[in-house]
Amino acid sequence: METLSAASYQALYLLFSGDSALWTIIGISFSVSVRALIYAAPLAILTAFLLAYFSFPGRRLLVSIFNTALSIPAVVVGLTLYIMLSKAGPLGEWRLLFTQDAMILGQICLCFPLLVAMAHATLQSTDRRAWETALTLGASPVRALLTILHEARFGLIGALVAGFGRIIAEVGSSMMLGGNILNYTRNIPTAIALETSKGSFAEGIALGMVLLFMALFLNIALGQVQGKGAVSQ
Amino acid sequence: MLKKIRIVTALLILWSLTGLLHAAPLKMATTTSTQNSGLLDLLLPAFQKQTGIEVQVIAVGTGKALKMGRDGDVDVVMVHAVAAEEKFVAEGYGTDRVQFMYNDFVIVGPKSDPAGIKDEKSVTAAMTKILEQQAKFVSRGDDSGTHKKEKTLWKAANLTPAGSWYIEAGQGMGKVLQMASELDGYSMTDRGTWLAYKGKVDLALLNAGDEKLSNPYGIIAVSKAKHPDTNYTAAKQMIDWISSEPAQQLIKNYRLHGEPLFIPLLLK
Repeated sequence: METLSAASYQALYLLFSGDSALWTIIGISFSVSVRALIYAAPLAILTAFLLAYFSFPGRRLLVSIFNTALSIPAVVVGLTLYIMLSKAGPLGEWRLLFTQDAMILGQICLCFPLLVAMAHATLQSTDRRAWETALTLGASPVRALLTILHEARFGLIGALVAGFGRIIAEVGSSMMLGGNILNYTRNIPTAIALETSKGSFAEGIALGMVLLFMALFLNIALGQVQGKGAVSQ
Repeated sequence: MLKKIRIVTALLILWSLTGLLHAAPLKMATTTSTQNSGLLDLLLPAFQKQTGIEVQVIAVGTGKALKMGRDGDVDVVMVHAVAAEEKFVAEGYGTDRVQFMYNDFVIVGPKSDPAGIKDEKSVTAAMTKILEQQAKFVSRGDDSGTHKKEKTLWKAANLTPAGSWYIEAGQGMGKVLQMASELDGYSMTDRGTWLAYKGKVDLALLNAGDEKLSNPYGIIAVSKAKHPDTNYTAAKQMIDWISSEPAQQLIKNYRLHGEPLFIPLLLK
């Protein structure tokens, strides 16, 4: 049994020797997940804002639905979209299956409820008077919305980081919708699954370490931002 | 109350001890295609009936199956990758290797057959046409026994598949067939998985029968010298049994979806 330390050492070597196959995979992972987050975030935050600031029939139910959606397994999201996008499915004509776009779609579905739920919790704790004051002072609703979002920025950033964490690390839907195609839809998690199935543990650990480094980097960055927020108050 | 707790504890301990009374199970690593063929569901109960040994099957890719053998995590390995098996034995990780049966690989593709390989007898000619036409071809790309076989075939034909038409999926056989179906591509598969999937995918069998497509299966005991704690006795029993007349007959008579799948190699 090759030891964990030997595998980790080889992993570091692969990372820093600029192993091009490894970096391609990392690049695909980032570009897919960042795009998914960019597409999902505005609508999710707007939804969270509406849920927090306006009361309408079915609002509580909607909040519960978004909270429940947090526990949907990625592979179920993948399977549902797979059936829709398959040649025989209702959206088969789009020919999206086994493309990066299909992966992005899957990841949007995965992070949307998480973004809504976390942004909603953050916006709930903002002061409604800020919104009312802004409107009274003659701000347009959009300007007033931006004020609220600025007030809640640390929580919202936290929501984005959590959402990114969920989709960059998920394997089920990316595997089903992307197909793990080399140089096209193979991202970090599906590559880890593949390397593990091949018995190449060093490559698997190298990729796992990239994910961990990234999470660490994101959290340190977030900690910095939040720390400054506390000082300025 | 205390009495009740004591009784429950005693029962729990008794129950946990019953596990020790069973013969130590035999851990076998094999490939997913072997498990998906359904043959093991026939062989293993027969083996257990005769010897009382329970076989625990771990179905993974060939690479991982052999790695589990190298690491001593299993007692016996059943795979179909001749070169890798020979290397495994030559390096001293395995002993008592027996080739006990074979089946074959087939080339499948879209029913419209855009590369026109249907009437080719030789698999080399068929693959040359696919490459020349740049018709989509979905490869396992996972270093499995099937993937290794496919690479050998390209090499034997002096071809180097590369380009956007050559899709390296890095997934299991069933998933690769689904991908080929969705993308209207060709693929090479073992016959067992093909029989199991042909009703579910939009593909046709286009090339088979070339002897280059033969797929022999080997069973290897994990070396007792390298890993003294493995269940070598049971592994050897398994190998002897699978080479025996009754087991070979079972293999010969096995049918998947009404079609014979494996041809025994040790039937006298």
